[in-house]
Amino acid sequence: MSLAGHTGTPIIEVRQVSTQFGPAIVHQDVSLTVVKGEVFAIAGGNGCGKSTLLREIIGLLNPTAGTITLLGADSRELQQADGGSLHRRFGVMFQHGALFSSMTLAENVAVPLREHTSLSAGLIRDIVALKIALVGLPPDSALKFPRELSGGMRRRAALARAIVMDPELLFLDEPTAGLDPMIAAGFDDLVLDLKRLLGLTVVMVTHDLDSLWRIADRVVVLGEGRVLGMGTMESLAASDDPAVRNYFHGPRGRAAQLNHSGGALPRD
Amino acid sequence: MTFMEGRTLRCLGSWTMSDVGPAERTLRLMEWPAGGSLRFEGSGIQAFDTGGAVVLSRAVMEARRRGCEVTVEGLQSEYAQLMSLVSAHWEAMMAHVAARPNGKARFQSSIRNLVDRLLRGLDFIGESSIALLRVSPSPARLRWRSALNSLRLDGVNALPITGLLTFLIGVVIAYQGAEQLRKFGTNIFIVDLVGISLLREIAPLIGAILIAGRSGSAYAAHIGTMKVTEELDALRTFGLSPTELLVLPRMLALVVALPLLTVYADVLGVFGGMLIASNQLNVSFTAFLSRFEEAVAVRHFLIGIGKAPFFAVIIALVGCYQGFQIRGGVDDVGRHTTISVVQSIFLVIIFDALCSIILNWWNL
Repeated sequence: MSLAGHTGTPIIEVRQVSTQFGPAIVHQDVSLTVVKGEVFAIAGGNGCGKSTLLREIIGLLNPTAGTITLLGADSRELQQADGGSLHRRFGVMFQHGALFSSMTLAENVAVPLREHTSLSAGLIRDIVALKIALVGLPPDSALKFPRELSGGMRRRAALARAIVMDPELLFLDEPTAGLDPMIAAGFDDLVLDLKRLLGLTVVMVTHDLDSLWRIADRVVVLGEGRVLGMGTMESLAASDDPAVRNYFHGPRGRAAQLNHSGGALPRD
Repeated sequence: MTFMEGRTLRCLGSWTMSDVGPAERTLRLMEWPAGGSLRFEGSGIQAFDTGGAVVLSRAVMEARRRGCEVTVEGLQSEYAQLMSLVSAHWEAMMAHVAARPNGKARFQSSIRNLVDRLLRGLDFIGESSIALLRVSPSPARLRWRSALNSLRLDGVNALPITGLLTFLIGVVIAYQGAEQLRKFGTNIFIVDLVGISLLREIAPLIGAILIAGRSGSAYAAHIGTMKVTEELDALRTFGLSPTELLVLPRMLALVVALPLLTVYADVLGVFGGMLIASNQLNVSFTAFLSRFEEAVAVRHFLIGIGKAPFFAVIIALVGCYQGFQIRGGVDDVGRHTTISVVQSIFLVIIFDALCSIILNWWNL
């Protein structure tokens, strides 16, 4: 498919993936490619299978048909605990953080290091401290338990845990859902900073039109179980497909676009 | 890996989180010269990530602390960027590393928590009593449907397991007793042994322990989940009292169910004892039953089922209380469910022991 020019090394390839839960068809022939170094967003209405696709890519779920290649390996391989040789190359931030509630924030962030490396406790502590500092959490938060943190801080903590192994790929599931606009914008900036600093490729599932405009290099819009459109936000916003237009040209979509373009909304 | 060469520290190979361990150990044990200039030569580094950057930065900082003039040379540009990333966040990082739990504050807060828990427990008992008083003048206000449902779930559905267990315990007691009684040729006293111990103590206790495990834990988990999902708050916004809606029906159901279960357990337990008596000690069913009539006073039975409603109140209150104590996450649900079972069994046995002491004073 020649949807929107993507050049560079493909890091994720989804080929003709179909998913069915009983009689319900979630995806049909979904294909897409994520290239190294981009921020790739998966967008679409509620229940269009965005999160399902993400779960398939990271190997938590098997597609009914089709193949998914992640960092050169079949994502089905991820279902075997392989000691992390592939798992340590990507980080996942779940929608609600999925921080282990019985551990402090610092212990949470340290989990992948403890499990996958043989570094000394002191060095693990240093790396954890660096990652917590990178996501901009205050010093006293490292000793707190997840239940003592606010929603925004929990997201940051989950992000720190996702990047602790310096992954090549970072998956974000609804990173800004439920955050207030200021904190959400701060989070977007943080993702961009980290992407630049650590050379990450970011794949995110989001509804947030503001973040789509702000940070996504390319966006795929899912709907009715298939790919409705794929490309930069500008090209999608100019799309003629009625379903894509509906998604981006609701009142909020226009406001987000206006916001992004600094007030000059291209007339159409 | 890394080694010193005069005033130059050569860094070679892979400095990633998987491989930097040995280099880190070397650098940690390194004797830095006091003062003078020191050159870190990084052109031999083939792979580098934040782990490596942290190790190298630590070494640089340590050498600087000893008064050395440190220069880092030869790093590839993206590696140098990682180094500057780490040094840009160095102070924040050290603040995190320095953050230590404050022992005194922790002790104080644990004392405060303990007092808090006691007060909340009292608060809960008070609230439940008030709800009970509020409802009792107009029984129509009680959620009968929910109470009946609870009666079915916690009473009727517990019949098979309670019956089986007390039957087996009757069998066990009779077996153990049979050995001893046969030595003295006092076979018929098996009736006293089985009858009194089961009716008075064991059947109510087994019933209570089973209910604490089956129902008390379920109450805690159910109410706790409702709390986590904010269903309790939703109820309050309708002006409904969760205590009245959730606690009272369950308590009522258990108060009715547990004495009935005890009677049922009595019957099956004694039946189990009776089987073994006829099998091992040649005490026929008729002999057993006629001896039962004269040997086992009604008061043993009454004391047994008289304790059951109190056990029921303890179990229901502890289970529901622990449910309400859940805050925050889902892991709390599991923790408090466990606490509810342990605590209610503990309190039931304490209460039972107190009863034994008091009844003994009164010569009952």
